Amino acid sequence: MASKSLHAIFTDDDILMQAVKALREKKYSIKEVFCPFPVHGLDKAMGLSHTRLAITSFLYGLVGLAVATWMMDFIMIEDWPQNIGGKPSFSYIENMPAFVPIMFEMTVFFAAHLMVITFYMRSKLWPFKKSENPDVRTTDDKFLMEISVNENNVQAIAEVLHENGASEIKLIDNK
Amino acid sequence: MYTMSSKIKSFSLILIVVGAIGLAYSFIDAPSSVEEVKEMLHSDGASHEGESVAMEANSSSSSDAHGDDEHAEHIYHQLQNKPWAAIYVPALFLFLISLGVFVFYALQNASQAGWSPVLFRVMEGISSYLVPGGIIVYLLLILSSLHLNHLFVWMDPEVVAHDEIIQNKVAYLNTPFFLIRAFIYLAGWILFSKLIIKNSRKMDEGFDLRLHKRNFKLSAGFLVFFIVTESMMSWDWIMSIDTHWFSTLFGWFVLASILVSAVTTIAIVTIYLKGKGYLEHVNNSHIHDLGKFMMGFSIFWAYLWFSQFLLIWYSNIPEEVTYYAQRLEDYPVLFFSTVILNWVLPMLILINSDFKRINWIIVFAGVIILLGHYLNFFVMIMPGTVGESWTIGIPEISSILLILGVFIFTVFKALAKAPLTVQHGAFLEESKHFHY
Repeated sequence: MASKSLHAIFTDDDILMQAVKALREKKYSIKEVFCPFPVHGLDKAMGLSHTRLAITSFLYGLVGLAVATWMMDFIMIEDWPQNIGGKPSFSYIENMPAFVPIMFEMTVFFAAHLMVITFYMRSKLWPFKKSENPDVRTTDDKFLMEISVNENNVQAIAEVLHENGASEIKLIDNK
Repeated sequence: MYTMSSKIKSFSLILIVVGAIGLAYSFIDAPSSVEEVKEMLHSDGASHEGESVAMEANSSSSSDAHGDDEHAEHIYHQLQNKPWAAIYVPALFLFLISLGVFVFYALQNASQAGWSPVLFRVMEGISSYLVPGGIIVYLLLILSSLHLNHLFVWMDPEVVAHDEIIQNKVAYLNTPFFLIRAFIYLAGWILFSKLIIKNSRKMDEGFDLRLHKRNFKLSAGFLVFFIVTESMMSWDWIMSIDTHWFSTLFGWFVLASILVSAVTTIAIVTIYLKGKGYLEHVNNSHIHDLGKFMMGFSIFWAYLWFSQFLLIWYSNIPEEVTYYAQRLEDYPVLFFSTVILNWVLPMLILINSDFKRINWIIVFAGVIILLGHYLNFFVMIMPGTVGESWTIGIPEISSILLILGVFIFTVFKALAKAPLTVQHGAFLEESKHFHY
């Protein structure tokens, strides 16, 4: 139904925040905000839900710990328990201190790398990905807010944006 | 202004009285002669068999009797040491907590932290235990050097005469030098704390850049002095108990234990005072920051604990490994429970960002951490002083109560001496509006 959207350009992050709050107060839904740098508190003002990336990272860390433990238990204890310099290879726990550095590193490795890959997948980032930037200036010094509109409310929203310091407002046909 | 509630006052006085009675009882209860220990050992053995042959001490064969004599004398020394070691552990632990709090305070000054000035008075209050705590520790060291106990074997001239390893260390480990060193550490720490806290109190009358800069320089100077003396203090007061053993990262290991217990104590006292309605500017972001420090230092402690253990376990050199062999044999549960209490549980509890803002979770984790680090000191000191005769019974618990009572009384009395928030400071406004 919303076949058109408004692109409003702001020159300052404080003004942008004000406009976001004003629109949210009037229950208009903001589709997207493009910024040249992270604006502190923008996610809160927009009402975005908290990221769960940290939770995935914790779980990936547990996977890494399990992989390291299983790997070394199989190689050093089950498969070929050699006597290497008198280290006790009778059971995993007896020789565990020697395995801890690897267990630690594997935990960190899995937690870090799988979390980063999760981030890429969730935010749809990869090489040769086509840029979704609606206006090149938003990577330098301008802030752009995108709002879905229809014929009934386009005028009202444009007025709110104008009152709250938008320097340019454009009506765009959605492709 | 905070005034010490009568509840806290009577609570701490009860702790002191109960602890003192318990400790006095344990000194009286300690065996006063080898004969007594022999009797005790026999009645122990007899009760296992269900007979009462306690008085038949002389009926065994001569070679057996000789072994029995040595064993009984060994046990006798351990049991004699027990109340002394029991009071030494909490006296040292709580003194080092207050020292750690002051170190943390100096760190905040020297790093010009913007989040912590609203907590300065809490830290100053806990640091006030430096004086009574330092006196108690120094008194115990003097009593040890007067041969009233055998906490430090190298203080016994008879032992040194037959021990070449200790003879080679006498240049460092001799009683006068030991006491002079201890005096220098204590005097230096107390002097720095008095100076810095005095300047901070003076600043309540009005902001003075000169005072601010002076405290900055004093804090930086204290941190340099501290890191040197802390390292030596850990060799003197803790490592020298196991005189034949040495470890290079021991000072750091003790430092990690001190710092994490100190930050935990700050957090608990802050939450208590906040709960009573003082400390209006403290919000859950401050608690969150303390929680992060608790978790970070817990992991730091575990890192050093494991580094020390792994290197000695891996190379397995006899003169080093006896330290852990004795602990694994006589203290297996305590030895491993310190790792669980000081690393596993704090890490799992405090890893969640939301949890670090919830007061009862911080207090819960804090109690675990403090208990764990008491046990850490216990496992550092007890094996070299009482060996396999350790218990956590009347001597240990009553000395914890005694020292804890003195600690609580001193800290809350000191907290009542000045406004609970510093009145002026370069970063005070930032700290009041600190938000994470």
